Amino acid sequence: MRHGKYPFVIGFLFVPVTLYVVFVIAPYAQAFQISMTNWRGLSAPQWVGFENFRRLLDDTNFWKAVQHHGVLLLALPLITIAIALFFSFLLNVGGKSSGGQRQGVWGSKFYRVVFFFPQVLAVAIIAVLFQMVYRPNESGLINGVLMKLGFDPVLFLVRPNLALWSIIAVLVWQAVGFYVVLFSAGMASIPGEIYEAAEVDGASRVTLFFRVTLPLLWDTLQVAWVYLGIAAFDAFAIVSVLSVDGGGPDGATTVLAMEIYRNAFVYSKYGYASAMGVALFFLTLTFAALTLRLTKRESVEY
Amino acid sequence: MSITPDNPADLSRRTVLRRAAAVGLLATPAAGLLSACATSGGDEKNEQVADGTKSATNPLGVAEDAPIEVVIFNGGYGEKYATDVHQPLYKKAFPKAEVKHQSTQAVSTVLQPRFAAGNPPEFVNNSGEKLIDFGSLVADGQLADLTELWDAPSVDDPNKKVRDTVVPGTVDVGSFNGKPYVLYYVSTVFGIWYSGKLFKDNGWAPAKDWSEFTALLDKIKAKGITPYGYAGANAAYYQWNVILTHAAKIGGTDVLKNIDNLEDGAWQQDAVKQAAEAWAEIGAKYVDKSFEGLKHTDVQLRQNQYKLAFYPSGDWLEGEQKKDTPSGFEYQLMPVPSLSASDKLPATALRATAGEGYFVSAKSKNPKGGLEYMRQMLSVAGAKGFTEVVKAPTVVTAGSEGFAFPPGVASSQAALKAAGQDVFNIYFDGWYKELDTEVRTATNELMFGRIKADAFVERIQKRADAIKKDSSIAKFTR
Repeated sequence: MRHGKYPFVIGFLFVPVTLYVVFVIAPYAQAFQISMTNWRGLSAPQWVGFENFRRLLDDTNFWKAVQHHGVLLLALPLITIAIALFFSFLLNVGGKSSGGQRQGVWGSKFYRVVFFFPQVLAVAIIAVLFQMVYRPNESGLINGVLMKLGFDPVLFLVRPNLALWSIIAVLVWQAVGFYVVLFSAGMASIPGEIYEAAEVDGASRVTLFFRVTLPLLWDTLQVAWVYLGIAAFDAFAIVSVLSVDGGGPDGATTVLAMEIYRNAFVYSKYGYASAMGVALFFLTLTFAALTLRLTKRESVEY
Repeated sequence: MSITPDNPADLSRRTVLRRAAAVGLLATPAAGLLSACATSGGDEKNEQVADGTKSATNPLGVAEDAPIEVVIFNGGYGEKYATDVHQPLYKKAFPKAEVKHQSTQAVSTVLQPRFAAGNPPEFVNNSGEKLIDFGSLVADGQLADLTELWDAPSVDDPNKKVRDTVVPGTVDVGSFNGKPYVLYYVSTVFGIWYSGKLFKDNGWAPAKDWSEFTALLDKIKAKGITPYGYAGANAAYYQWNVILTHAAKIGGTDVLKNIDNLEDGAWQQDAVKQAAEAWAEIGAKYVDKSFEGLKHTDVQLRQNQYKLAFYPSGDWLEGEQKKDTPSGFEYQLMPVPSLSASDKLPATALRATAGEGYFVSAKSKNPKGGLEYMRQMLSVAGAKGFTEVVKAPTVVTAGSEGFAFPPGVASSQAALKAAGQDVFNIYFDGWYKELDTEVRTATNELMFGRIKADAFVERIQKRADAIKKDSSIAKFTR
């Protein structure tokens, strides 16, 4: 069968690779080209060299956005993975063991479905939902209750130092379900005998988690970290719909995609926006390369 | 013939996941993609139709059988006025021409690629949240010069030029560096709105000067009603409009002219600072802090529920709120009160302009047809029809005669009449979108107490200076 291998492989790859080149690679290449122009999106662009990138250096909103990505990059994966690990541990191996097989806590099948719900909803819908949740007056879900109890309403999206965290909370809420499923799949493939052996040796649940589950789940964790890091570089939909004044107040929640959107589609500065896009591209790439390198470690074979 | 991978064990779950992560990486910064077909062909010349013969009924020389494509923003005014009034008028004048109608809520999404590809529609209603920046359109030579239209004889009276049938200032509003490019069709008056019923029931009267105003706000507050408010989440410009209107009243209309022309220190003029100070105090004392997190629809609804007394807006407000307004609410307009007796303009002065922009694409196939479409819109029949459908006055002077407006528009029309010559307008937000964004942000900072008037004018001035120095931004003056 050897002789037919290459035509066969090429035959299969032709369509996806063409699609990928036309719809992903080509626009990327063009973004690089546009970032060197002062294109306004209407008539032919003029070449301006690195002018757009020089402007980025003194654009306060750009640096605010970069800073927020820094916060997101730390907070989003840490919080999400911590919560997701905790839940999936409880759902899979947190309960009693029956017949030598470790079980999840009572009702874990039900929770598994519930946790996945946010993942099924479109991001825009989640943002609109949280508009209701965070609404700063008596018709808000949280503040309605607070005000009934006689407290002052909490201005979630309005107070500059609370706004970004309110947004992060939404991102975490949305992401956790998926990672619970991902980690559950990872935990399901850990052989039960290892748990059993550990238990016989008198390991507590906490020891089980840190000494057995976590090391054997390392690969999955690494992937989750990369995914969440990438999500931290996006966050556009939530910020765009949920935040006050488009990334406000006063840029307190802005992200790069928001700035790109504003520069391209509000200011008609497509060239400058593309320069931001290019900057974002390199940021994401650097992050992923770093993460894959730093988290590289011998995986345990079983 | 079965083909299997050489070594299936190579593809473990983990490597699949890791590869998927690497692919996801490349697909992420989707914003970097912008538009794929992008920049090509922007300057290609579209083949334009030959002019028709000029005549009394066809003064612009439109090719009688040339089709025309009309794109209408389907927003507050809907699209019915175009399909039921203006397009039939065009068809009546040129029975052989085909009128292609399209409507959209996202003008730039639909049209930006068509401009880039060089085949824009003839006639466009460029409006709404996703309008294409007019300044960029002008700078790129996409808009047809409307001088020919304004100088053409009007439909109803061949001895009268079109420019003489409209409210004074209409041509200027749509001009960029002295050249008319945009037709602003709907007469718009700005002010502070209240419910006639609420005020009558409580024996309150609208205020003319500042001490009356604050005394009234105190009374309203004592009643447990939020005295004043605007929506910080997406409509901060309703409030900067009030601050700048106030500044014009204090220091005269040149204050605004300096701002529009990006003069040095324009924002640091005393009048602007005084107005900012006055309104910052209103913000601190009478505005509900939660309004910063609300959208305009939410705040407007609160006013309809009699939970909010004063709300700044243009006179589209009444039509916009028609569904939610309780009967007997009776929208009324109060001009921004004067600050002191030394104000340069009287208390009746206000900002009025023409709103809702329409343009003809210079690079379309049949730009003459677009101009003619405008001429038909500006006929008395076109204007009357529009007003009947959307209940808003047009810039055509004879178009709203004898029409019984609902109470809100009636009151704004009365206020406009009372203002006489003391009517002014603000242009910078249409010319420099970036400055608009900055002023909105700064206005929220000011009104919700995070900065003082000094910092307010300073930060906006900084942005205005940066725009002035930026050679990549097309400049306009008036």
